[in-house]
Amino acid sequence: MTFIPVILWSDALVFLLISAIIAATVYVRKRPHLRLPWQRVARSSVAMVSMLVLSCFLVIGLLDTLHYRVALPQAGSGEKVYSPEVLSVFDHLVGPLRTHTEKTYSAPFALHLYAKESMNDAQGNVVRDYPRLQYGGAHLDDVSQRAADVAQRTVGGMLAGALVGLLLAWSLRRHLKQRAVQLTLVALTAFIGALVSLAAVYHVLGTDKVGQDVLYLSLKSIRTGLIIGTLTTLVTLPLALFLGVAAGYFRGWVDDVIQYVYTVLSSIPSVLLIAAAVLIMQVTIDTHPEWFETSAARADLRLVALCLILGLTSWTGLCRLLRGETLKLREMEYIQAAQAFGVSSMRILSRHIMPNVMHIILIALVMDFSALVLAEAVLSYVGVGVDPSMISFGTMINGARLEMGREPVVWWALASAFVFMLVLVLAANLLADAVRDAFDPRLNRTEGGA
Amino acid sequence: MSKLLKVDGLLTRLHDGTAIVDGVSFDIAAGETYALLGESGCGKSMTALSLLRLLPDGVENSSGTMVLGDTALHALTEREMRDVRGGRMAMIFQEPGLSLNPVMTVGEQIAEVLALHKDMSGEAAKVRSIELLTQVGIPDAARRVYEYPFQMSGGMKQRVMIAMALAGAPELLVADEPTTALDVTIQAQVLQLLRETQQQSGMAMLLITHDLGVVAENAHRVGVMYAGQIVEQATRERLFAEPLHPYTQRLFAALPDARRSGQPLSAIPGNVPPLGSIIQGCRFAPRCDRAWELCREQTPELLAVEGGREVRCHLYRNAEGRVQAAETPPLPLAEERNSALNTQHSLLLEVEDLKVHFPIRKGILQRTVGQVKAVDGVSLAIPQGRTLALVGESGCGKTTLGKALLRLNPPTAGSVRFEGELLEGEAHRNRMQMVFQDPYASLNPKMRVAEILEEGMAALHIGNDGDARQAHIDVLLDKVGLARDSKWRYPHEFSGGQRQRIAIARALAVSPKLLICDEPTSALDVSVQAQILNLLKSLQDEMGLSYLFITHNLAVVEYLAHEVCVMYLGRIVERGTTAEVMRAPKHPYTQALLSAVPRIDGAGKEYVRLEGELPSPANPPVGCHFAPRCPQAMPVCARTFPDMTHAGASTHDVCCHLYPLVPN
Repeated sequence: MTFIPVILWSDALVFLLISAIIAATVYVRKRPHLRLPWQRVARSSVAMVSMLVLSCFLVIGLLDTLHYRVALPQAGSGEKVYSPEVLSVFDHLVGPLRTHTEKTYSAPFALHLYAKESMNDAQGNVVRDYPRLQYGGAHLDDVSQRAADVAQRTVGGMLAGALVGLLLAWSLRRHLKQRAVQLTLVALTAFIGALVSLAAVYHVLGTDKVGQDVLYLSLKSIRTGLIIGTLTTLVTLPLALFLGVAAGYFRGWVDDVIQYVYTVLSSIPSVLLIAAAVLIMQVTIDTHPEWFETSAARADLRLVALCLILGLTSWTGLCRLLRGETLKLREMEYIQAAQAFGVSSMRILSRHIMPNVMHIILIALVMDFSALVLAEAVLSYVGVGVDPSMISFGTMINGARLEMGREPVVWWALASAFVFMLVLVLAANLLADAVRDAFDPRLNRTEGGA
Repeated sequence: MSKLLKVDGLLTRLHDGTAIVDGVSFDIAAGETYALLGESGCGKSMTALSLLRLLPDGVENSSGTMVLGDTALHALTEREMRDVRGGRMAMIFQEPGLSLNPVMTVGEQIAEVLALHKDMSGEAAKVRSIELLTQVGIPDAARRVYEYPFQMSGGMKQRVMIAMALAGAPELLVADEPTTALDVTIQAQVLQLLRETQQQSGMAMLLITHDLGVVAENAHRVGVMYAGQIVEQATRERLFAEPLHPYTQRLFAALPDARRSGQPLSAIPGNVPPLGSIIQGCRFAPRCDRAWELCREQTPELLAVEGGREVRCHLYRNAEGRVQAAETPPLPLAEERNSALNTQHSLLLEVEDLKVHFPIRKGILQRTVGQVKAVDGVSLAIPQGRTLALVGESGCGKTTLGKALLRLNPPTAGSVRFEGELLEGEAHRNRMQMVFQDPYASLNPKMRVAEILEEGMAALHIGNDGDARQAHIDVLLDKVGLARDSKWRYPHEFSGGQRQRIAIARALAVSPKLLICDEPTSALDVSVQAQILNLLKSLQDEMGLSYLFITHNLAVVEYLAHEVCVMYLGRIVERGTTAEVMRAPKHPYTQALLSAVPRIDGAGKEYVRLEGELPSPANPPVGCHFAPRCPQAMPVCARTFPDMTHAGASTHDVCCHLYPLVPN
């Protein structure tokens, strides 16, 4: 075997999450009343378009989650030695993007570096000029050919992509009925086609300080963002659900205790709290280097720990929401009817209250997701986010901010982080909006009655 | 008589084309009250909203003309319409608590109307506001004008709403169920106020209601609506003397009352059809017992019948039909009922001096600063297989009493004996169960019928294996008249009446001997109410159930109950057999309560007007609780609470100083 699969902590949690989602889907598919709101989601074009965009991000994130280590060439002793570098399937697929690193900054589609160097020209004189890039546009002789080449590759890539998109739209025509969704699908594949054909020979979004391709960095950041968004909500959810529902249902001292806890917790400045926790965690990790085989494993544990810390500090909002809803529900007559039968409190909570707050949870989860993706960027910018070696939107922005003062300005790293985050969060928010509408009984009253 | 409002062919549709109001035509003269009568979902409120052009999103007025005076309302721009609303045409809504802005004083809210439509402001507006509040019978108006809605009771708020409506001196007042949310005594006050105001100002009134009694007391002419159409139109006298349309006839027949107490009510089978579900034929045909081929094939037109009446029914198409129509099924004869307490019935439930007090806590340490005496020393007894009705206005503690019996509220003092055995703790939950008021809130929307019915059995360990329980569920569904396969469906798939049947089946699942029914029909339409009352009656005959029937609907009491307890502010003020209490009430409160109920045959009856409203149970009046509102109060009433004494028959007890204890 030339490689060994590596399952990092976050990978394991993602796999767990995926299996939970598959199980939930199977469960919902069998129950028409649970399926109904999702069918409503499927009928909304906004929801489907954002789902399509979001699924592109998800696919990239998932491919980036399948990690492995390559076997090094035999050193003679017969024992297999694996490279300390942990790669993912995604890294493998985009191969050249990862390995084609230049010396330092270069602008999008540039043929030359962004900094002058001393070079020897044909005559052997030392001149200071912008050197040619090692990989970006290396197949061209001159800058004058670039426009034609870019146009040609763009059109070619788009046509190929659109063709694939049309085939896909045609084969999925039973499921994707809306014209808008079909158009988006074709546009998306055309865009990806053009990107693939251009990225093979250019640095489409330029390179960063150490010459890494910014497109590659942006794509790698997606996984970090998604992990922070989803794993953190998984930590938040049980806390908020259990404490909120218990506070609302039991009232009295249980309510008082839970309320005091979350009031105090939400009064502490959250960045301060998170920074303190992250620093403790960082010290622990640094003093135990023997825990980790690779640096990726260390960075990954730090990411998981960050999710845990973020989750433990951000459950208060959802908890308050659920407490309020439960206060309303506990006065409903069906709860009293259950009490009249002597049904136990735990059973009332699980059979009567939780199913009736599910819509709130679902909506809050998606809303929280986008907030957390943004929170990661802010925390990494402050310096208490993910490990510096881990690629994320936060580290990208943090790295780029130093160059904002430079003349001429290095704008592409910041701009691409901005655009990627905008699209991801916008798609998630639009989807959440459509999901909320589909689950809101007030908006679907006529349908429910029929 | 010249007509003030003419509505012709009004058609209001949902955006998907379903007609909600389908070709409604009527007219109202100045000084006249026109009532739109119908069950919920018939399009009454949508007719009113179309008239004001205040339709909700997704609903639009697609054709028809509406002319007020000489203004064509349908042709006005939104801007011109704003001058009409509140000025020439005003509306009163059902829920007074929701139609006043809680952060503005009532004076400000009235002044707003005055500023808009009468160009009054400052001192003039304030003087006029006080005048208006005085006009609608609010005492101490000069002070009340600075109060916020939360400082007023429901009846007061509705008076303020009326004052606001009158502020613009409207030519037409649209009252949408103006008294549905109010107690009978308050309802009587508000209805009288509306009548008086109309006489003074000569405005026209469109009264929307589902209550035949309200129509009988207030309307001059009546339009009966069914599934978006007017099916019958006549003057009040003629309609009540001889209803023509089968629906109207059945509606009258479905009303519970004492004359029918021995026999089942003539309930209308089924429910009002969903909007737009019947395109062809008569919309009432599926529920009509006199429908024939033609009714299902051809949509009937509104036919003019002699005496200026109109009816939408094929029965009246020709002379032959009229003869046929005249053969209305005769109303069941009054049957004298043996309602005296039958000694054969052993006592099932005995309640002795039950008290439920809720502490009022204040301050940071939550110290108890007072008690709300919701139930304050109630004693009652229910024999096996009998029905005891507990009657009273909202806030008198009748629901709290019912819940205290089930220990949903912990009783503060007193004892409860069930079949002679003293009850303590929660072990008696399989012996009595409760049917709740609102069938929409009492069933968990996320559970299927079978799960709902099984829950109680599981909690009380009845029927150990699943098959036995499923078999029991089938039996229960048969009993309450639902199809067996409905157990795999969710509550939202059922109508209100069917949901209440499920709720009854749930209570019966644990085979109780006593059912506590907390206003089980007050959220239902008249025709469906009859179905549920019939079901309760037949269950009692079949299974020997006893009922504690908590209600404010006195007609239901007369129909269903064997004995009645009248409750006022946490105490029982009168009790006796139904005949004794309903025919010869002794306590002034019972007398006032009975006279406040609008009756369909109530012409020329004497009305005991009850002033004021129910006092707070946290701070009850000293002496007799009813004394401050009592028309016959004596000095002694303000000092001591009267004891329970016999009034006439040995079964008839009353708590009033008018009936002093006779030493024997």
